[in-house]
Amino acid sequence: MNFKNLFLVLGLLLGMSCKTPTDVFKIEGKNININDSLQPVASIEDFVKPYRENINKDLDSVLGYSVDTYSKSDGNLNTAIGNLMADVIYDEADPIFFKRTGEHIDFVLINHGGIRSIISKGPISKRTAFELMPFENSIVVSKLPGANVKELLDYLAKAKRAHPISKLKIVLDKDGQVVESSVNQIPIDFNKTYYIATNDYLINGGDGMDFFKGSEEVIVLDYKIRNALIDHFMKTDIINPVADDRFIQLKD
Amino acid sequence: MKRREFIQQTTAASALVGLGGFGLQSFSSSLKKISILHTNDVHSHIDPFGPQDGRNPNQGGVARRASLIEGIRANNPNTLLLDAGDIFQGTPYFNYYGGELEFKLMSMLKYDAATLGNHDFDNGLEGLYAQLPHAKFDFISANYDFSNTIIDTHTKPYKVFVKNGIKIGVFGLGIELAGLVDKNMYKETVYLNPVEIAQDMSRILKENEKCDLIICLSHLGYNYRNNPERPSDLSLAAATKNIDLIIGGHTHTFLKKPTIVKNSIDQNVLVNQVGCFGINLGKIDFYFDSAKNKSSEGVSILV
Repeated sequence: MNFKNLFLVLGLLLGMSCKTPTDVFKIEGKNININDSLQPVASIEDFVKPYRENINKDLDSVLGYSVDTYSKSDGNLNTAIGNLMADVIYDEADPIFFKRTGEHIDFVLINHGGIRSIISKGPISKRTAFELMPFENSIVVSKLPGANVKELLDYLAKAKRAHPISKLKIVLDKDGQVVESSVNQIPIDFNKTYYIATNDYLINGGDGMDFFKGSEEVIVLDYKIRNALIDHFMKTDIINPVADDRFIQLKD
Repeated sequence: MKRREFIQQTTAASALVGLGGFGLQSFSSSLKKISILHTNDVHSHIDPFGPQDGRNPNQGGVARRASLIEGIRANNPNTLLLDAGDIFQGTPYFNYYGGELEFKLMSMLKYDAATLGNHDFDNGLEGLYAQLPHAKFDFISANYDFSNTIIDTHTKPYKVFVKNGIKIGVFGLGIELAGLVDKNMYKETVYLNPVEIAQDMSRILKENEKCDLIICLSHLGYNYRNNPERPSDLSLAAATKNIDLIIGGHTHTFLKKPTIVKNSIDQNVLVNQVGCFGINLGKIDFYFDSAKNKSSEGVSILV
């Protein structure tokens, strides 16, 4: 091929590429981090400010006092903070449940992982409830046959975690077997059904609590756990929970 | 492990995908640029995280996002701002004001459209309905049938935007609500198969609406490795055609950069998601030449 032909070919190619639709386009994509290197827009800040101040005023208004700092890691099978949460659920939800059904809640079981923060020594406010329970989980009551209650006890014995309970007492022997289980000092009867208050996450099998799938009935209370905590804090001046003997393991 | 390999492969491939074409420079005089900005799963995060935050110190914040978006719009007015759902739930702003502030702020930031996430049903259809007057942008959802609910007529399956002569079709897809949201909250909302709907939508936007660019605003989730049958953005991208970009949400996936997926006819689709809580803003720039056309060959994708 001589130079003349080469230029002809190049010319044709270039000419074609400009005359016909070229179908060329480019895409650039990136994800940009939003951080303190960006100057906030003042009008947006000013707009948010009254909302923020109003919320903070309400969240931080003192409802009571905590005599100590409580953490879910303070204890093995039951903790002061877990006992507080489970007891609050019983105290606040049982009257509602009784009013609706004429029945009482037998006991409460929620999950250790559901305690999302510590309670610090000092003032208690609505913010404390938001920190403990930032999620919208609400209280539900399971009507659970005895056979599934047995699975529940085995689950707790095996998990050996301080999953918060209220009104239920469990004693494990040194090998971790359940040797005693009772509700209001009456041993659990595996031929009976029990009303167990829990949350909507666990009732759907959260944390592997599959025994709740055996529920004969699930009663939804439309009552958020956080709101139960707030209701409790509003009528309690001093928060002073303790770890007790509701779930223990014998040493010998 | 598989996913990691996949991401690494796309990283290598994405340096410059498709070397075809003759380059834009020779036609730069008639070049048109469309910028697509997007967020997802902001979850009522209006204030930035504080300096003490264990995970995201000093990040996010709607007033800072506003300044970033203002800067981008000043540079290119042909910009769309979209949100892929879960606007609601996550801070006391939502508990106290039910989403009013979220919608008002998104309107101030001039969002063009949003799709609905599962948490946007957290106060029920009534709770969502009550806040709609505060939103000066459209809700786009093609696979939720709201006919028997109060939301009926308040959402659109898709919307076509025209920017600098370029037609941009945006359609929305939501996740299956059963098992994720209490039935009392979503009531008679009917969930339709997102893949089938996406096939319909992309055809309508391509053939009837003659769109130059087709965007899917999805709250399906990025990818379900352990449950490949569950619809996700990656599986949707592979099962459809004519979609240029899927903007995702739900799985709070922090992609370092958009993923490039081959669609059912072996063309490239971009899938992007920017984590959650307003920590990042996605920015995808599409450059059109004078003929306004495009094809899979000759498209250079720089991510």
